[in-house]
Amino acid sequence: MNVEVTPLPGIGVRKDFATRGGRRIGVVTQRDGKIELIVSKSDDPDACLASLPLSAEEAGALANLLGAPQLVAQLNEEHRELPGINTKQLPITENSPFDGRTLGDTAMRTRTSVSIVAVMRAGQVHPSPTPDFLFTAGDLLVVVGTSEGLEAAAKILKHG
Amino acid sequence: MDHTALSLIELGAVFFALGVLGRLAGRIGLSPIPLYLLGGLCFGSGGLIPLTDIGDFTHLASEIGVVLLLLLLGLEYSAAELFTGLRRSWTAGLLDIVLNAAPGAAVALLLGWGPIGAIVMAGVTYISSSGIIAKVLGDLGRLGNRETPVVLSILVFEDLVMALYLPILTAILGGVSLLGGLEAVGISLLVITVVLVIALKFGRYVSALVDSDDREVFLLKILGAALLVAGLASAMQVSAAVGAFLLGIAVSGSTAHNATRLLEPLRDLFAAVFFVVFGLNTDPKSIPPVLGWAVVLAVATTLTKVGTGWWAARRQNIGKLGRARAGAALVARGEFSIVIAGLAVTAGAVDGELAALATAYVLLMAVLGPTAARVVEPIAKALQRKRKPPAEPEPKTEAAKTEADSQPVTGS
Repeated sequence: MNVEVTPLPGIGVRKDFATRGGRRIGVVTQRDGKIELIVSKSDDPDACLASLPLSAEEAGALANLLGAPQLVAQLNEEHRELPGINTKQLPITENSPFDGRTLGDTAMRTRTSVSIVAVMRAGQVHPSPTPDFLFTAGDLLVVVGTSEGLEAAAKILKHG
Repeated sequence: MDHTALSLIELGAVFFALGVLGRLAGRIGLSPIPLYLLGGLCFGSGGLIPLTDIGDFTHLASEIGVVLLLLLLGLEYSAAELFTGLRRSWTAGLLDIVLNAAPGAAVALLLGWGPIGAIVMAGVTYISSSGIIAKVLGDLGRLGNRETPVVLSILVFEDLVMALYLPILTAILGGVSLLGGLEAVGISLLVITVVLVIALKFGRYVSALVDSDDREVFLLKILGAALLVAGLASAMQVSAAVGAFLLGIAVSGSTAHNATRLLEPLRDLFAAVFFVVFGLNTDPKSIPPVLGWAVVLAVATTLTKVGTGWWAARRQNIGKLGRARAGAALVARGEFSIVIAGLAVTAGAVDGELAALATAYVLLMAVLGPTAARVVEPIAKALQRKRKPPAEPEPKTEAAKTEADSQPVTGS
């Protein structure tokens, strides 16, 4: 993927790339840390259809939405030869009892025999989190296990 | 009432009125600069209520305003950015100088203001307002557009030209002889080169010298350094404003960001005073006689700026709509046109009418610029539609064609 980095003197940096359809998608990062998501117009490739200001949290959430399914699909592909084993992404929501607690506190492995193989946070993947990994609202956990185990895990993350 | 009480009341009234004007400008989506100028015109000599008790303060405050305007402009750029901007845009930058300085110089000569007046008016019509333009681009959501880097690099070029132009102008306004003038210009060029080299190689030491974790200490150090450098520069015949600009360039990295955040409100306050004082010193009665010329200049230099932007954007393979947007974005003139006119008027080397013409011109351009940037797209689209016969295939193929034509803008 060829991401163009264009300095905007006095304002910040634009990073974007062209999609197969010829549209540009990217991000403008301003000096003061403001982030804007930009999408080019279809009839005027120089202009932007939208330039959405995003908070750091929103940018992280968007990155998770885009990045997590890709990771899950990849893991599912790897586990295809193992029947009954699935991969799923499970969120730590605002009111989850584990917001602000560690992976160890969930006792996930003992209670459901599923494994938390990665945590997506703010667009970054934290692979193989240790039991002292501290969860926070907005994290997306990539969990591997049987379908029943995954269902149970989802309930635990929601209700404790 | 004693003198202090009266001064406080007058100053309070002026600031409060500026605040109201600024809010009004924000409401109608304009730069507050033309309103500040109008405010100054109303209260100044020949205006409604002459303010006399705060002359000393406002004079000094407006000087500080200019220093802060240039300091923050310098803080926005790193020396490396200036050099890349220069390399990328020097052809467009030269065209910009030729096209946009010429109308001002020509009108000054026609009005019989002589070569000095011509040099001053050339600067007034040449320099776009980076403040207004950056704000308009942000407001219109055009920061991600492909023509925006073109516009910004022209602005960088203009700011660098200012760093050369201002000391030369100060030397000329000082009325020194040809030899003395050359000497002053030589000294200022040398100083600027030395400072740019220092900024590029040792910027972090300058930053370390003024930096501090304590906000109060930092504010005092950066403001003190700016005024010291400005004063020394002014003593060496390099204008005070340029000294501040160069200090701003030398300070870089996180120090520059923090300094910008700390100084922004101060700049807004003192720069507002500067615009008001400029308006105060201009007699509103002197404007009607030059209004016709101001309109002529406004029309001519709007077209020349649009042409500059169009040409620069075309060189980067940007489509027609983008070229039109780049051109219209550059139209606004503002703070620096007034800084230049202010220098000339204070030096007393030019005709009094020049201040009136510059005021009227900036009043027009500060309003016309953002408006042009806003309406250019619908107008350009309408023109495109008119030219194309209705039988032609739908615009989709046209878009596909321009997309195929355009190459990626240079990145790294």
